Amino acid sequence: MRLPFKITFWRVLFAVITLAGAYAVYVRFAYGLGAATNLSDQFPWGLWVGFDVVTGVGLAAGGFTIAGAVYVLHLKQFYPVLRPAILTAFLGYVLVIVGLLIDIGHPLRIYHPMLMGNFQSVMFEVAMCVTFYTSVLALEFSTVIFERFGWKKPKKWVGKVIVPLVIIGVILSFLHQSSLGSLYLIMPSKLYPLWYSPLLPAFFLISAISTGCAMVIFESHLSFRAFGHRLEKNILQHLGRVMLLGMVLYLVLKVQDFTTRGVWDLMVLPRMETYVFWLEMLLGSIIPITLLSIKKVRLSTKGLYLCSILTISGFLFNRMNVSITGITASSGVNYVPSWMEIAVSLSIVAMVIFLFALAVRYFPVFGKPLSESQSKKMLDRQPVIAKKQDNVKPKFRHTYN
Amino acid sequence: MLKRKALLIDVNLCVGCNACVDACREENNQPEDADPTVLSCTAYTAVIEKDEVYTRKMCMHCEAPTCVSVCPVGALEKTESGAVIYHYDKCIGCRYCMQACPYSIPTYEWNSTKPKVQKCTMCYPRQKIGKIPACAEACPAEATVFGDRDELLALARQRKIEEPETYIEHIFGEHEAGGTSVLFTSSVPFDSLGLPMNLPMEPLPDLTWNVLSKIPRFSVFFGTFLYGVWWVIDRRMELADDEIDSNNINRINPDRKNQKDQV
Repeated sequence: MRLPFKITFWRVLFAVITLAGAYAVYVRFAYGLGAATNLSDQFPWGLWVGFDVVTGVGLAAGGFTIAGAVYVLHLKQFYPVLRPAILTAFLGYVLVIVGLLIDIGHPLRIYHPMLMGNFQSVMFEVAMCVTFYTSVLALEFSTVIFERFGWKKPKKWVGKVIVPLVIIGVILSFLHQSSLGSLYLIMPSKLYPLWYSPLLPAFFLISAISTGCAMVIFESHLSFRAFGHRLEKNILQHLGRVMLLGMVLYLVLKVQDFTTRGVWDLMVLPRMETYVFWLEMLLGSIIPITLLSIKKVRLSTKGLYLCSILTISGFLFNRMNVSITGITASSGVNYVPSWMEIAVSLSIVAMVIFLFALAVRYFPVFGKPLSESQSKKMLDRQPVIAKKQDNVKPKFRHTYN
Repeated sequence: MLKRKALLIDVNLCVGCNACVDACREENNQPEDADPTVLSCTAYTAVIEKDEVYTRKMCMHCEAPTCVSVCPVGALEKTESGAVIYHYDKCIGCRYCMQACPYSIPTYEWNSTKPKVQKCTMCYPRQKIGKIPACAEACPAEATVFGDRDELLALARQRKIEEPETYIEHIFGEHEAGGTSVLFTSSVPFDSLGLPMNLPMEPLPDLTWNVLSKIPRFSVFFGTFLYGVWWVIDRRMELADDEIDSNNINRINPDRKNQKDQV
């Protein structure tokens, strides 16, 4: 018997994870959350909220960052990473919704916040942002689908509203990224003071932006290895600079916050929280800032790749610390996710990768070569800057989208 | 209209007889096999012993309830009598109320596929027909008393004046997180009874409202700002384009107008 596909290590791993995840989802829906998770009355939010939702949304931050840069700031040099970034964000959000549906007790009532919203609730804000931003991302990505099937008219319609659409997307993202931090503002007595801060929304927003850039760098490397799409080095260098800027701002705010709240002494207390906090700060802030400050690292593809991995892992530690480690002490129980919780979360990651690969194969995600007439237009319209600096690539308007 | 009601729990008077636990279970039709010392989705109140001092654990019915403010669908409600009640038909099961409650009171039916959040209702259905909560009615030692919140606070202070040796100054629930409708008086500090002592005195919902209330203004200003940035850059690029065109008058692209429409 011959199989229509090759059996590789990654495919076997993918199949195992997906099967385990599917079984866990079955258990959760057949017997309730208690049967599938290690959650309890003392620890009601676990891995599914902490990773699938709080972390997943942050990792999708590349979408609004790049879309804002390309459309609002007209930074056309980022165009080659726009579609992959939007695709990642869209898939990320779709799977955040899947994660939410698995986690909440009454998934069939998912529309309730729309009808009976409580404006005082951050969770209401989160629900609205997820709903509307996923729609915005779907529209932003729809141009790729229209292009694939050659539907010119709908593509033109979306093109007409793309600027307001992207602006709405940026606003929604700012609100959503910060609101995940705001979720914890109401728990001053429950969240460990190394993480509880009135500045939580700002921390979440800034770290999401630098991690969004890190994700784009990280993905571009992976997709180069997997699909052979090479990205221009200068795009990665630009992203590295934005990432560095975000991380420096984050660190400065952190210092300011620790001084205002007078919690510096907590950083040397021999406790579990202290160790993971140091790990988070070293991985996600101190080491990448140091590395990126070295020009040689900042300009090298490998250096940027390494820094992006560091930033992303620091970010993961931070979100898990806020949502799980930081709550442990006050909850009085030691929550460790069950294998089923881990299986579902891993399946969600596997799904994102699988759908991404699928979309890249069937849709023009990594752009296409310019048509002859387009490149002719480009040559005809040399912008003024090009006269002063000969090595600058020709810039052109209104040919993106 | 009902006046703001409250329960006063005097730890000094409690003898640990569990009459309140039994009455509560009966009133709410809950199974008998539950452990009387822990809260669960089938037990709204518990009696805990700490160094031969007995105290109760139950929903505090906050004056500015965190659970009510965090619920995205308004499934929790602070009634005019002070009781905080739950509407199952709205609940989506996100458990933010449990996560955010400063006393970690609400419980969840973890093993149900149609889970409810469960917690003390201060016997709101009984209050509506003029009865007092079952636990207060059952208490043989008057360790749990039901009444108007102002009067109970006065009673607590009166007890302190009459027996200054046996009561500490602090009435738990008078100001904690904006105050609660369940008040505690005691001879021992409240942290030894398991009540949180690190709560701010202002209502917790204010902490999020400070941020949430800024959203509409932020969105409008930020949107206008972004649009302005887009417009300025776009206009400058357009002018740059025109300059090129006038410099290369012979090479004007006939498609220019159409090209603009294609954005």
